[in-house]
Parts: sequence; C-alpha cells; structure tokens
Amino acid sequence: MKIGLDIGSTTAKAAVLDAQGTLLYSDYRRHYSQVAETVTALIQEIRSRFPEEHGAAFAISGSAGMGLAEKCGVPFVQEVYATRLCAEKMVPDADVIIELGGEDAKILFLKGIPDARMNGSCAGGTGAFLDQMATLLGVTTEGLNKLAKEHEKIYTIASRCGVFAKSDIQPLINQGARDSDVAESILQAVVNQTITGLAQGRPIRGKVLYLGGPLTFLDELRYAFDRTLKLQGVCPEHSLYYVAMGAAEKASEEFTFDGILRELDLHKRDMGFAHMEPLFQNPEEYDAFCKRHERDKVVRGAMPPQDGRVYLGVDAGSTTVKFAVVDKDGALLDERYESNSGNPVPRVRAYLEDLYARFPGIRICGSAATGYGEDLIRNAFSLDFGIVETVAHLIAAKKLQPDVDFILDIGGQDMKCLKIRDGVIDNIYLNEACSSGCGSFLQTFASALGMNIAEFAKLGIYADSPVDLGSRCTVFMNSSVKQAQKDGASLENISAGLSVSIIKNALYKVIRIGSAESLGRHVVVQGGTFYNDCVLRTLERELGADVVRPDVSGLMGAYGAALYALEHSTGSSSVLTAQQLAAFTHESRPVTCSGCENHCRLTINTFSGGRRYISGNRCERPVTSRKADDSLNLYAFKRAQLASYQPKPGTRGKIGIPMGLNLYEQLPFWHTFFTKLGFEVVTSPVSNRALYVEGQDTIPSDTVCFPAKLMHGHVRALVREDCETIFYPCMSYNLDEGMGDNCYNCPIVAYYPEVLAANVPELRELRFIHGYVGLHRPGNVARKLWEMLYRDFYIPLPQIRTAVRAAYAAYEAHMDRIAQEGKRVIAAAREQGKPLIVLAGRPYHIDPEINHGIDRLITGMGMAIVSEDALRGLTDAPPKVQVLNQWTYHSRLYAAAEYVSRQKDMQFVQLVSFGCGCDAITADECRRILEEHGKIYTQIKIDEIENLGAAKIRLRSLFAAAGIEK
Amino acid sequence: MKKKKTTDRVIFTKEMKKTHTILFPDMLPIHFEIIRHVFDQYGYRTEVLHNDGREVINTGLKYVHNDTCYPALLVIGQFINALQSGKYDLDHTALMITQTGGGCRASNYIFLLRKALKKAGFEQIPVISLNTSGLESNPGFQLTIPMLVKMMVALVYGDELMLLSNQVRPYEKHQGDADALVGVWVKRIGTMLSSRRGLTLPEMRRLFDEIAQAFAAVPQKRCSKIRVGVVGEIYVKFSPLGNNGLEKFLLEQGCEVMVPGVMGFIMYTLSNQEVDHRLYGGNVVKSSLSKVALHYLEAVEGAMLDAIRRTGCFTAPSPFPRLEELGDRVINRGSKMGEGWLLTAETLELIENGYPNVICTQPFGCLPNHINGRGMMNRIKELAPQANIVAIDYDSGAASVNQENRIKLMLSSAKRSGDPDSAPMEEKRSHSNKEEYAMT
Repeated sequence: MKIGLDIGSTTAKAAVLDAQGTLLYSDYRRHYSQVAETVTALIQEIRSRFPEEHGAAFAISGSAGMGLAEKCGVPFVQEVYATRLCAEKMVPDADVIIELGGEDAKILFLKGIPDARMNGSCAGGTGAFLDQMATLLGVTTEGLNKLAKEHEKIYTIASRCGVFAKSDIQPLINQGARDSDVAESILQAVVNQTITGLAQGRPIRGKVLYLGGPLTFLDELRYAFDRTLKLQGVCPEHSLYYVAMGAAEKASEEFTFDGILRELDLHKRDMGFAHMEPLFQNPEEYDAFCKRHERDKVVRGAMPPQDGRVYLGVDAGSTTVKFAVVDKDGALLDERYESNSGNPVPRVRAYLEDLYARFPGIRICGSAATGYGEDLIRNAFSLDFGIVETVAHLIAAKKLQPDVDFILDIGGQDMKCLKIRDGVIDNIYLNEACSSGCGSFLQTFASALGMNIAEFAKLGIYADSPVDLGSRCTVFMNSSVKQAQKDGASLENISAGLSVSIIKNALYKVIRIGSAESLGRHVVVQGGTFYNDCVLRTLERELGADVVRPDVSGLMGAYGAALYALEHSTGSSSVLTAQQLAAFTHESRPVTCSGCENHCRLTINTFSGGRRYISGNRCERPVTSRKADDSLNLYAFKRAQLASYQPKPGTRGKIGIPMGLNLYEQLPFWHTFFTKLGFEVVTSPVSNRALYVEGQDTIPSDTVCFPAKLMHGHVRALVREDCETIFYPCMSYNLDEGMGDNCYNCPIVAYYPEVLAANVPELRELRFIHGYVGLHRPGNVARKLWEMLYRDFYIPLPQIRTAVRAAYAAYEAHMDRIAQEGKRVIAAAREQGKPLIVLAGRPYHIDPEINHGIDRLITGMGMAIVSEDALRGLTDAPPKVQVLNQWTYHSRLYAAAEYVSRQKDMQFVQLVSFGCGCDAITADECRRILEEHGKIYTQIKIDEIENLGAAKIRLRSLFAAAGIEK
Repeated sequence: MKKKKTTDRVIFTKEMKKTHTILFPDMLPIHFEIIRHVFDQYGYRTEVLHNDGREVINTGLKYVHNDTCYPALLVIGQFINALQSGKYDLDHTALMITQTGGGCRASNYIFLLRKALKKAGFEQIPVISLNTSGLESNPGFQLTIPMLVKMMVALVYGDELMLLSNQVRPYEKHQGDADALVGVWVKRIGTMLSSRRGLTLPEMRRLFDEIAQAFAAVPQKRCSKIRVGVVGEIYVKFSPLGNNGLEKFLLEQGCEVMVPGVMGFIMYTLSNQEVDHRLYGGNVVKSSLSKVALHYLEAVEGAMLDAIRRTGCFTAPSPFPRLEELGDRVINRGSKMGEGWLLTAETLELIENGYPNVICTQPFGCLPNHINGRGMMNRIKELAPQANIVAIDYDSGAASVNQENRIKLMLSSAKRSGDPDSAPMEEKRSHSNKEEYAMT
C-alpha cells in the first residue's frame, strides 16, 4: 500500500494506492493551520479503513508539506512534479494542466518543451482570493459559482493580483452592480490572471486538464476558462488528488502507522519561525492597557433629545456601513456599525426605518454621507451633503482631541493617514492599491479559519511569540503565513503576527516614518481595525508613545459626517421621510455608455421618486449629456495634437509606428522624418482594453509596467493594418533638454523594442526596425539613421539629412505648442478663477487607457490641467535635487515640482504607473521639493485598474486641504 | 549643455583618510576581502561588513522607500544597522558605495543612502562614491590608475577562487577543504598585493596556475550532480544576504553551482563605451581608452582561464569576446542598463558550457531584467531547447518557501531533460525515481 499526502495552503489531502497504482481511498479536509493535527486525523481514518495493514510507503507533497516531511523524515515530492507524474499516468494525451490551489496557481506544459509555471511572489493565490471575494459578497465560493450562472455582463476587473481585483470589485458592489455580474467578473479575473501571469506568451492549446479545488468545485470557473481559451477543457476524475496520487506513486519508503503518528505527535509544537516579543507580558499589563484606553470616550446623550432635532451621518465604507446621530450640541445619540453584505442600500434603508420607528418624535435637521458609497447613498436617500471621508475623519477627531496633529485610519480596504497642521489637513497619505485590504484581510483570514474577526483578534493578545511576517502587501503576507504554518506556528502567534504587520505596513510602507516624533504628539487612531487590541498595542509600541483610540473608533467617519451636517444644517433636511421610505425602491442596471470612445461600463441606479444615480462614468457626459469641456485641459490638447499626424500616401510604402511609451512624444519627429522620405506613416490606434488584450499573450514579464504591456497590443494592431515595416527604435538616451546631468531613458522605455522583437512572433515575418538611435546627438543622427535604413531602403544620405532637420524642427515646434498652450491655460484659469492642477507624469500618461480618464475627472471637478512638459520655458535652470538627476523625464518632474512649489494657486499631482521603479525615486524627491515649500504632494498610482474611486478621494482630499473644494 | 551642481554632501577630506575607517557593503565575500588589502596599501583603513539577517532587512525597510530595489534596501540596511550597533566610532567612520552612473536606477543608491543617513540621524558620516565616471569626487579619496589596476587584479584573483571552489565544494571528500583553501589563498594574495607582488602578467600566470593546481589537489569524489548556473542582478547574484544563501541551498540539493565571475561585469561596463560610440557617435578618446583597458583585462582573464583549463579537471568559463558573440545572437549590445546584454549572454554561455539549468536571480521589479532576463527567455529557449531556466524574484517580503519551491521544480525538470538521449517521458520516469530521492 502506498500513501501520498498533499498538504496545501488550506487543505490536506490523502490518496491511498495499491501496488498496481489503483486508487483505493482518498480524503481531504481543511487544516485551518493545524497541519500536524489534520494529517494525524487523516492517517487515523486510513488506518481504520484498512485494519489489516500496519503501515505503508509514505510520501508527502504540497506547499505546506515540506517542513512536516523534513521533521518526520518522510520523503518529500515537489508538488508540480507529483502532478505531472500522476497526469502522465491518468491522462497521457494531456497537453496542458491548469491547476489552481488554495494559494497557488500553476500551468504545466507537458508537450513540446516541457515547462511548468507557478505564480510569482506577486500574484495572489486563487483559491484564497475566491474565498475572500465570496466573503465580500456574503456567500460561499459555491454560492459565488451559483450566482455567476445568472450573469448578464462582465465588468473589467484588474487581473494581476488579488488585492487589485478587490479594489475594483469593492466599488462595483458599493455602486450597486448586480451580484451575479460581479461574481462572474471575479471568475473571469481569475482566468485572466492565470493566463497572463503564468502562460506568459506561451499559447495554451490542445487537451487541457483542470485540477485542484476551485476548478473541481466551480463549474462556472471552468466555463470561464473554456470561453477565454476557446477550447473545451477536461476536469478528470479525482482532479483534487493528482498531487497526492503523484506523491503516493513515488512513495517507496515503508513506515508503520504507529511510527508516523508518533512522529507527528512529536512535531505538533515546533518553534521554527521568525518571531517577536509578546505583545503583552502578562494579564496585568493588558488590563492597564485597557484601562488607559477606556478614558477616550465621546460625549453621549440620550435619545430622543428634548427638542427632537437630530443630525444624521452615514459612512458607507468598503465593507461596512456606519451610522451616527447627534444632537444640536454634537453629543452622540445613536450609532450602528454593520457589514454592508455587498450592498449598502438596504442597510441604510433598514436603519432609517428602524430609527423612525423607535423615535417617532425626532426630526432630522441635517444629513450627510461619506465613504466609498457616498454618492450612491446620498442620491438614494436624498441626504443633504456628501463629504469626502478624510474631511469627515478630521472633524470627528477634532471633536475628541482638538489639538490632534495626526490621524491614522485603518479601514477595511484602505488606510488613511492625515497630518494636521493648524486644524487643517496638511498632508494625506493613502495606501497604494497594492497594500490595501488591510482590515478586510484580517477578516478574510479569520473566516478562513472559521472564526469571527473579534475572536481572531483576541487570540493574539497573549501570543507568546508572534510571527514576524514583514511589512508588505497582503499577498506577500499570505505566503509568509504559509511559511510560518509550515514551521508550526500556532494560531495565536499568527494572529498576533498579522496585527503587527498591519501596523508595520502603515508606518513603514504608507507613511514611511523615520521616527515617532515626526508624527506629532497627538495621534488619534480610527477605523474598525483598531478595535483589535493587538493592532493598537503594536502601534503604541512602534511609536513608543500612547495614542488616542476613541471608543467609537470604527464610527468616526459617520460621526464626523453627522457633525458636518449639524454645522452646515439649514434647519431642515431633505432626507427621505418614513412615508417616502415605505415606498422606496432601488433598481440597478448595467449599460455601456456610447458617448465617446471610452465606452465606459455604467451602472444606472434608479430609485423611487425618479432619482437616478449613474456610476462607473469617467466624465460628466452620461450625467449631464454634455461633451467634456476640454478648453483648460492640456492632456486633451496633447492628444488632439498627436491625432493630427495622419498618414500621407507615399512612394516608399507603409511604415507603422506603435503609439506608446516615448513615441507618444516623439511622434512629430518620426512622422515628419518618414513622411519627408516618402513613407506613408501609419500609427497604431488609440489604446483601449481590446487592444491590450490582443497583445496580452506575448508579455513575458507580468510585473512590468502597464504602459509597456500595452505595446504588445500596439504592434499587433500595426501587423493587422498590413504594415510591411514597423519602426520602433531603442534609445538609451532621450533628447537632452539641459535640465539634468544626463538624458537617459528608463530601461523599459530604452529597450522595450528588444522585448517585442523577442516575444511577438509576427514581428519576425515583417521588417521590424528596432535599431539604436541617439537623438541626444543631433550631429550624428542622420548618418546613424542612414546606416540603419540602408539595408532595406536605399535612401541617399543628403535626403536623410534634410528629413532629420525637418524632424527636429517639427519636434521642437510640437514642444513649443505645448508650452504655449500651457501659458494660455494658466492665464485663462487665473482669469476664470479656476484652480490649477499640474498633472505631472510621463508623456505616455496622456493615453486614456493608461490614465483611465483622470484628466477629465479633474476638469469635471472644475479645475484646469497643465502637464509637466507644458511648464518648459517657465523653468529655466534645473532645480537643486538630492538625487541623481540624469533621466530626461525625471528632470521635467523635478522642474515642475519646483515651479509649482512657488505658485500659490497651483497643486501638484503625480501620475505613477504601478511597477515603475524609477518613480519610486522621483515620487520621494518631488514630495521633498514640495513639502519644503509647505505644499502638498499627491500621487495617484495607475495600473490596469479601471475604477477611479481611490483617485477621487485623494483628489478631493487634496482640494479640501488646499481649500479649493467645490 | 551639462551643468554640474554642488551638493551639500559631507566631503571625505584628506584628514579623514588618516582618522576614518571606511565601511564596505558585503557583496562579494571573497573578492572584497582581497580588495581590502589594496586599500590598505594606499593607506585607507577599511572593513567589509558582515552583519546580516532579519535585522538588516528591517533596518532597510525603515529607512528606504519600499518600492526601491531590494539591493538598495539591503546595502543601506546593512550600513545603518552597523552604524547603530555601537561598534563604530561615528565621528571616525565613512561609508563607501559603488556608483556606475548608468541608466538603471541603481545609480541612485548613494543618494538614497544619504537620505537614509539623514533620516537615521547620521548626517555627519561621509559617503564615498566609488566610480570611474567622475560622478563625485572627494579630496581624501583618489582613485588612481595604478590603484584601479590593482583592484581589477584583485577581482580576477577573486573570480578564480570563486570559480574553482564552486567546482570543488560539491565533490570534496573532506567537507570544508575548499573553503579552507579559499581562506588560505585570500590571505596569501592579500599579503602579496600589499607588498606589490603578483601584479605583472607573468607573475599572475604563475600564481593562477598555482591556485588552480592547489584546488585540483583537494581530494575529491567525482560523481554526477545537477549542474546549475546562476546569473542575475549583480548584488542578488553574488551576495548570500541578497539571495537567501542560494549557493548553500543548491549545494544542499546536490547541485554543482557555476556563478560567472564579476570580471564579466567590469568588462561589460568598459565595452559599453565602445558600443555607445558605435551606436551614437561621440568621444573617440574615451572609447579608445576603455578599449585599451578592456584588452588588458581580457589578457589577464585569459591567463586565469588558461590556468583553470590546464588542470584538465575543471570547466573554464568562456572568455569575454565569446560572451559578446553570444549576446549578439539574441539582443543588441546597446542594451546596457543594469546587467544589460551581459545577463542574456551569460545565460547562453552557461548553457553552452554544460550548465543548462540556469537560475536568473533578480530583485522584485528589477527594470533591466524585464528586458534582459525574462524578456529574452523565450528567445534563449528557441536557440537552446535544452535550456531549463527559472527566474527567481528576491524581495524583503518574498517567502523563501516560494523561492525554494520554484528552484526545486526547476531541478526536477533538470533530471529529465539532463538525459542526453531524450527518450519519451514514460520510459524516463523509472530511473529518475531514485534520483528524486537522492535530491530531496
């Protein structure tokens, strides 16, 4: 008898084979981190089923099995190897295996050059991800599967990593998208993630096997794979047990059951993981801690107040919805904090009905909404005000601690840090999309272990050696937890470790403090996550100072909104009355907007009384039916300029130029150059989702920035246009604008043509000219281009010289036009009294698929937009910087930041593509330049993510802080 | 067009040369110990840092922007951790860091280090930039040509010791012999360099031979091992701190490891001058100067490789011109940021030299490696179907279990494709059985 054990991140499986390799018995169960215990149970079960056997040959496999195997002296079989072994036996004609596990995703190519791909350190686990998403929707994964069957449409959800996808789904839920559509979109995101992240350009064809838990249990997920891969995959019999069976196959060393069980028992409590000091040494310490925090209480009053006048605040957060009711003095009368179960609207309705029923005598005299669902709730229930959550938090914190100078808010999805100076927001730090999900991460973790969040948090209080999990995004933590589990860490220590890592994330990743003093002396913490004593304790310990945790720390947003409503009340509120509530209806319907080329997927919410709320829009057009006003939008100006370079028929045939990365700026140069030489210059179309997907399968590195990934689609589009030649030069150097010590491009911009040449097969069938060009040396360019083109086109050198001269002139004229327009916009905005935003980035950030329409979002808020390159001429000398200033695009950013820091009516907002290592440096330096002059630095990270919710909060907070909120 | 600006950095003055100890980060354990002796000879007091572990990473996380590359985080973490340890007199300590001045963001390390020092309250500590491109200068630290030459020679000796010990360690009969021999030679070479010996080409030839013979004489038990090559970003490729002790892990897995030497990188940097001139035109003097230097180093490296080859029992890596040829097959040598085309070429060289299993180490999100590492893998596999390559990301948050899992997976394929007569998979399974256990 041979037994294979497969210990994965969430489950343990066993397969028993006879000598001929036939499966006799199999079993699986969730191990909830209790690996040794679960395996013991599995073995005992096997033993009872085969009473005549005293032992068997054993082998262990699985991502969490390595440690156990080592300790028990049982041979370990790498899990991918085991899968392959089993597949070769069971389905010899399989070509490709797709296996999704709790936290792993794998693709195995069996034919041709055998190859196996596992998810990298960044792509989140898929099973765990599905669990997390299901929890978000308030269903099980099977429920998610069932929901998905009813879907009508699929929303675009970022597919690179779980956390990203989550930040996309959350707003969809809050904006009232249909559950079934969201469910299907989640499954589709898993599919996209697997294909882009793992196949990385290698086509998935032939007979495909689906293995592992999610693919076994969720048929909709299999259909989603089938649909996307355009084939019919197979989920074979025993698809859960391939790893275990493969391991059993390899088992040759005999063990007695008694022996194995004894070993397991010995190793139940092994301490092999990196750990830290306990959070509390003893119960006394914990009591003292609790006592101290009991002091921080808000003023409360009895309901109903004497005059019957109350003010309502609603905070519709990412996972919860919170209510606060105050009286005319701001005393808290009523409160509620509950999960929104994926849709906040019914929760709010229920609360209001309940409020009216309990206290028929009250009169709501003011009402305000805040949080992610602010617009939805405000429209649905006709509240008076909508305020950005950062402002709500500040108002609430000030009530409790008037001289507060720092607020740290950790909610379900996001983390907000507000630095307060003289009572106004001086600086804002929001977590980047990659580390979001802190609070809800704990939540999901807890429910994966079968307990609620409060229980789970409590576990950590007396943990003797909390696991050191580091401070990075939650996906990394998942694998660190896996490691700790492997090393036998107890639940208590994992719980405490997770709490610690949340704080470390906040301090060292989001705020990046050097010392506790830099936060200020009066720190107020809020957000539901701080109900967790371990989290609070860690913060105090890291800061080496006591902080204030209000007794309503999870409620502060709603409390602040209520206080705002009180302050701005006109004496009465338009909030729905009890009668209106009784007749309340809410319907949501997905549609695709056809207003412009963006084709936004909108959700139209209709409420009783004819109120409507549209979400998902990137401009005001679907709401106001007016075209976006681009008169003070330099991004739109630049796009229009580039669109004017149209192909002119020529004698030398077509030459294609992909519109992306540096060519977004250099188009005037190359268009002029090649048109002059008699080519018909064809540019690739404006980027959109479909274009991206077209090239997706040829991207070799899944962590490269999105603008680079788009290039694959652009060259494919040119191939489709029958260009016999495509021109996309490599450029180590950019043009030298004299604003830095050198004029490099970043490595990606410099050499991406090499990647395309090596990975897009069609490019070998046509002429793909991707030689090296140095525009920084105008004197040499003509000869070098002549050499480059000579092999294919016999163009005389003088002709090239003339074309180069014209090209430089065209480029200069283009840049001058931008600078002129910049001056015009600044003057016009000043005349019209509009605030100016310098939306700084890189030339390709004007691509609407890259910035997701952020420029129009800003102009829609009544601001004027100038780009960093439009400030040329206003800044003549390079600013003094504390970094190496040798990249052309970076130099522009520094110069722009320096210029803005001296302008009272300008704000600096930097667009940063996710994965841009260079901007890690520029962002820090731009921040320093601005802060030295008392200006606020705002960064917006952009990726495939379609939703602009987070960007909106950031911008509105900036406007509020700068005193220019509408 | 270029405008030089003065920064407010702390200058390393002539007086400091006498009073200060200069600290080095730990990147090349063998090489840096030898180089120290060159510094000694020129009157600098230096020390190579060896502090490591989670402490260093945590310090780095605290003082460096989390999104910058992992090597920056480690190097700076190691420096600040050392300064905080109380082991050093803060008024008489300086730091030294290399700066290539290339288009990779790594050229910024020194600035990030200064920012971090400021944040940690060590503003008084001078930081010396070790560069050959005139990026920053200090009156107290002059990199003269003879000194530079000696440093290069030290690196070649280091490369030889590394290449040989890597080929002996897996087979030594008595565990620890190879490392002990490295220790002996590091001392001997150091003393010789201090007394200005071992610097002429004939002397080097003799010494190279002597070293190679010494390693050949270590009692060894030759058996079949999986031969694994390591390429990658220079810091994580070499530094055990950066790659979670990769060489040790591979050794435990029953592999023989080949790590191409650091001279390749130096020569690559020099050759870039010439390539730049060819591609873009420009300063002839600069490019011919580097050509001269390149030829000299090629001669030295050639002598070292000859010595290894003459032993008859060790694999000598291919000389630099061969790497250039190999690189040309896949990528233009204009790709010069970070490790640039060299990384691609080294991968091909390893495959060609009998190390078809290659680990490409890179910091998570390393920009040049998107191009030269992952970006070129499909091409490499087309050219060399036997290639068995895995890219491993290193990062402060990446769990070593994931890295090890992926390496083990690569190794398990190595067993199969390592077979010269590629029989169908079913037949091969039976004999890979035993090996699998031997490996794990």
